[in-house]
Amino acid sequence: MSPETLIPKLGVVTDIRIDTPDVKTFRVVGLDGKKVFEHMPGQCAMLSIPGVGEAMFSITSSPTNTEFMEFSIKKCGCLTNWLHAMDVGQQITIRGPYGNSFPVEGALKGQDLLFVAGGIGLAPLRSVINYVRDNRQNYGKIQIVYGSRSKDDLVDYKEILDEWMADDGIEVNLTIDQPQEGWDGHVGFVPNYVKELEPDLNKTVLMCGPPIMIKFTLAGLKELGFKETQVYTTMELRMKCGVGKCGRCNIGSKYVCKDGPVFRFDELDELPNEY
Amino acid sequence: MLKLSLDRLNDLFAAVAADQVLYIPADDASGQARFQRWHDGLEMTGALNTVRSAKDFFFPQTENLVDFKLKGKEIEIIDPRTEHEDFVIFGVRACDARSFTILDKVFLVDPVDSYYQSRREHGTVVTMACTQPEETCFCTAFGIDAAAPEGDCSCWMDDTSLYLQPQTDKGQRLVDHLGDLLQTCDDSAVAAQQQSTRAVLEKLPFANLSLDGFDGEHLLELFDSEKWAELSEACLGCGTCTFVCPTCQCYDIKDFDTGSGIQRFRCWDSCMYSDFTKMAHGNPRLTQLERFRQRFMHKLVYFPANNEGEYGCVGCGRCLSKCPISMNIVKVAKSLGGENL
Repeated sequence: MSPETLIPKLGVVTDIRIDTPDVKTFRVVGLDGKKVFEHMPGQCAMLSIPGVGEAMFSITSSPTNTEFMEFSIKKCGCLTNWLHAMDVGQQITIRGPYGNSFPVEGALKGQDLLFVAGGIGLAPLRSVINYVRDNRQNYGKIQIVYGSRSKDDLVDYKEILDEWMADDGIEVNLTIDQPQEGWDGHVGFVPNYVKELEPDLNKTVLMCGPPIMIKFTLAGLKELGFKETQVYTTMELRMKCGVGKCGRCNIGSKYVCKDGPVFRFDELDELPNEY
Repeated sequence: MLKLSLDRLNDLFAAVAADQVLYIPADDASGQARFQRWHDGLEMTGALNTVRSAKDFFFPQTENLVDFKLKGKEIEIIDPRTEHEDFVIFGVRACDARSFTILDKVFLVDPVDSYYQSRREHGTVVTMACTQPEETCFCTAFGIDAAAPEGDCSCWMDDTSLYLQPQTDKGQRLVDHLGDLLQTCDDSAVAAQQQSTRAVLEKLPFANLSLDGFDGEHLLELFDSEKWAELSEACLGCGTCTFVCPTCQCYDIKDFDTGSGIQRFRCWDSCMYSDFTKMAHGNPRLTQLERFRQRFMHKLVYFPANNEGEYGCVGCGRCLSKCPISMNIVKVAKSLGGENL
């Protein structure tokens, strides 16, 4: 029998980190203790608990991590509720990697990068950020603007504080929506914060977050003088097969699972506004 | 060209069925034409086409993909795939035959769908030329010649004889197997039939349906057309058009708890349904207008944009006769093309 992408492989959850009240990060390896497959930053995988469901998640860890894959997952539906309730040692099924990736070995090379993330939107960008940190010589200045509802809702907060902020040449700008006790950092929404920071116009922007954040941040960036060809995002639509056949994530002539999830905004302009 | 006297048609079916599983279009107890496994004496339907298309043979309505056994925290994955048996579908019309090549462009492109591929490899398609196309037929709009159907072996039937012309190696093997049942003949009878059929095809009401401008270049213009509101207004979202359509191929994947394990299966789905794109954070297609638009944009614009201009429709007319509100792809194409309905 020929190989079949719809038949998954087995993985085992070796660590569960509680990031926020509704986000956990799951560490996954194959039954042999090794990574189940290799990926590029921005690609996704189908995770499943048989009998509960199967869904597409962005791979949060960087490909430069040779030991395991990580998935930061927000509790928001049937499958994710189940994943949040499971314990270390649970086996899951996994298939992938699916989709394209951020052009870390192409257009992004040698560029100054601005990452803009909101809430769980940091999950797919974390893969790129750590890839870029591990191949530091290939990229210019790095700036990360990350916002959340509250201090407690910042995903990967410990890694941000201990590793990203400690890195020379990486500027991290955090913000939360409302003032909060014990927070002396910036308060305000991401789109306004990005405008206030007035990032250099030569930066390439990688953005992920709630649709409303993306909409207003993109508008703000354009006001500052950024062009759509400088801004990348990653999309989310319902998916079943992951290989452009089941029809669910079809927008115009593109399939988000196969032709995306990473798109440049000028590419999105050519598609119907149906996402 | 080869020939068989029609009074020996049952013998031909018996000879095919001796070697492979044979399906022919026949009337069921309620008088509806559908493909059925041949048994001695089962006769072909007099209807022009089956109610459902022939896509089931390669893309069945439900199909098991993978099995799981769960034990505590452990999962066992079981590959349920087995070799399919060889089968022959006899009497496929030109429109349905073309639909297989359209489905191939979905399921046989990388990564190949192995379930579909196995059925395609084991199936032999014997087509039957039409002689009396109906008013709902518009295959000619897609460059299909109902008088010269594609397939592994093409057939024509008149009052006395069945004529066979193998088109592929599979078709050749099939006629070789039939041996002495068939006699060689010239193609004069078939040519005469084709001429009269084509004269009928030309006069069909939708024979000259124009699809000018339905391409990737006009994608956003067509998407933003104001016509969609009027066209979709009465759509019930029943999905009948999708289920009878030979080219609709969207599917769902679901898990079923058998009590002793989990079966993961796929089943036909429809972009006409409200939960097709619904996810935890919302639904990008909130009203029937958007769902309705998706189905026709996919067939007339998105699919051809990705497949060198090939439309995702074969003009079989099933949706024209089955839609409960009498809306259909012909009306959509005409309306978007500027005609008043």
